[in-house]
Amino acid sequence: MYEQIRRNRRASWLLMGFVVALLAALGYAIGAAVIGGPSGGLGLLGVFGLAAIGWSILGYYSGDKMVLAVSGAHQVAHEDEPQLFNVVEEMTIAAGLPNVPAVFVIEEAAPNAFATGRDPQHSSIAVTRGMMQMLDRDELQGVIAHEMSHIRNYDIRFATLVGILVGMIALVADFFLRWSFWGGAGRRRGGDSNDQAGAILMVVAIVLAILAPLAAYSVQFAISRRREYLADASAVELTRNPLGLARALHDIAADPRPLRHANRATAHLYIENPLKNKKTKEVSGVFDTHPPIQRRIAILLEMAHAGPEALLSGRKAAATPPPPAVPPASPA
Amino acid sequence: MIAVIIIIVILVVLGIIFAALYNSLVGRRNQVDNSWSQIDVQLKRRHDLIPNLVEAVQDYMSYEQETLTNVTAARAAAINAGSQGPQAQAQAENMLTESLKSLFAVVEAYPDLKANQNVLSLQEELTATENKISFARQFYNDSVLTYNNKIQMFPSNVIAGMFNFTTRQFFEAPEGDREVPKVDLR
Repeated sequence: MYEQIRRNRRASWLLMGFVVALLAALGYAIGAAVIGGPSGGLGLLGVFGLAAIGWSILGYYSGDKMVLAVSGAHQVAHEDEPQLFNVVEEMTIAAGLPNVPAVFVIEEAAPNAFATGRDPQHSSIAVTRGMMQMLDRDELQGVIAHEMSHIRNYDIRFATLVGILVGMIALVADFFLRWSFWGGAGRRRGGDSNDQAGAILMVVAIVLAILAPLAAYSVQFAISRRREYLADASAVELTRNPLGLARALHDIAADPRPLRHANRATAHLYIENPLKNKKTKEVSGVFDTHPPIQRRIAILLEMAHAGPEALLSGRKAAATPPPPAVPPASPA
Repeated sequence: MIAVIIIIVILVVLGIIFAALYNSLVGRRNQVDNSWSQIDVQLKRRHDLIPNLVEAVQDYMSYEQETLTNVTAARAAAINAGSQGPQAQAQAENMLTESLKSLFAVVEAYPDLKANQNVLSLQEELTATENKISFARQFYNDSVLTYNNKIQMFPSNVIAGMFNFTTRQFFEAPEGDREVPKVDLR
C-alpha cells in the first residue's frame, strides 16, 4: 500500500512534468508553423509552457472541484442521504483514514460512482442516483470501499490530474487542428524562401497535434486499468465481502445506459466505463479505460469461492425471479 | 585515525537505525490508541441511540417488555464494562449486540413499527453504528497485530524491551459477529 502511494506521488509529478514538456513542444511546433521561424516557436513555447505550469497547479489544487462540476454532482449531508453517508463513514473507519470524504450525488439513472481529490484529507466520493436506487446496502458498501481504496492509495490525485491535464492537451490540439482546417494556415506570413521550411514545420505541427492527445490518452488508459484491479482487491480487504462488490459490478454491467455527464477526460475516474462502448470484450484494448468487467467479477467470485449463481443471491433474487443471462465468468 | 572514523560512522549508523525503530514503534502505538478511541466513539454512539429506539418502539410492543428490558440491561452492563479493558468490554458489547438482534427480530412482527419513519431511521443509524463498530474493531485488530509483531520480532524487540513497549489485547469478535443484525425493511 505504501509502495502504491509512493508510486502515485511520483507518477503525479512525472505527469505534470511530461505535460508541461509536451505542451511546450506543441507550442514550439505551432508557433514555428503559424508565426514563422524559431523566434515565433520559442515565443509560443514560453507561453504554452507557462500556461501548462499554471494549469497543472490549478489542476492539483482545484481539479477535484472541476471534475465534480463537470459531472453535475451536488454535495449531500447526513440528513439528505443517511444510508449513503453512513456507508461512506463505515468505509472511512475500515480504511483508517483521518476524515470522511465529502459525499456527492449525481442525479442520473445510470449506475456509476467515482472518487476525486488530491489526498485523503481533500477527497470526495460521487455516486449517481441510479446507483443508490439499484444497489442494496452490501453492494453499495462494496462500491464505496472500491472508491475508498482509490482515496487511500492516492489514485485520486493521479487520476484527477490525468483528467485535467489530458483534457487540456486534447483541447489545445483540437483547437489547433480545427483552426488550420478553416484556412488559418493561409494567413501565415513569411517570404518565398521561408515557404518550404514553413510547410515542413506546418506538417510537423499537425503531426504533433494529432500525436499529443493520442499519447496522453494511452497513458491514461494503461494506468487506470491496473488501478481498477488493485482497488477491487483493496475493497475486499476493507469489507471482507467480495460478493457485495461482485454483485454491484454485475448490476452495473447489466445496465446499458451511458452516463450523460461523463466524457473522455473523466471516464477513467468511474468505477466502470461510463461511456459503455464495447463493454462485452474479454481482452482489453489499448484505448480501454477499464479492464473487462466480467473479468473483474470473475476474480471477485473466486475470492468468495462462489460460482456465478452467487451474483443472484440476496434479496434481489427474490424480487426479480427471471435472472438475466449469467455471464460465463471464465475462471482463471 | 581511520579506525576512529570507522567507529564514528558505525555509531552514527547505529544511532539512525535505533531512532528509526523507536519512532516506528511509537507510531504504531499511537495508531493502536487512535483506533481504540474510534471503537470507543462508536460504542458510545450506540449507547446513546438505544434509549431513543426503546422509546420509539415500546408503545407498540406491550407484550414484548422482556426483550426491551434485556436491551436496556445489556446497555447498562456495556456502559459499566467500559472501564474494564478490551476483553470485558468486548464481552458486554457482544451481549448488547445479541439483545439488539432479538429486538429487531421482534420488530419484524409488527407491521406498524416496520412502517414507522422514526423507527426506520433509528434502525438505519443502529445498523450503521454496528457496522462502524465492527470495521473499527477490524482496523484496531489489524493495528494491534502489526504493533505486537513489531514488539516481538527482531530487531525492534530489543528497543521495545528497553523502553517498555508492551503488547496489546485484541478486541475479540464472537462467532459470526460479522453478521450484523439483518433487518429487511425495504
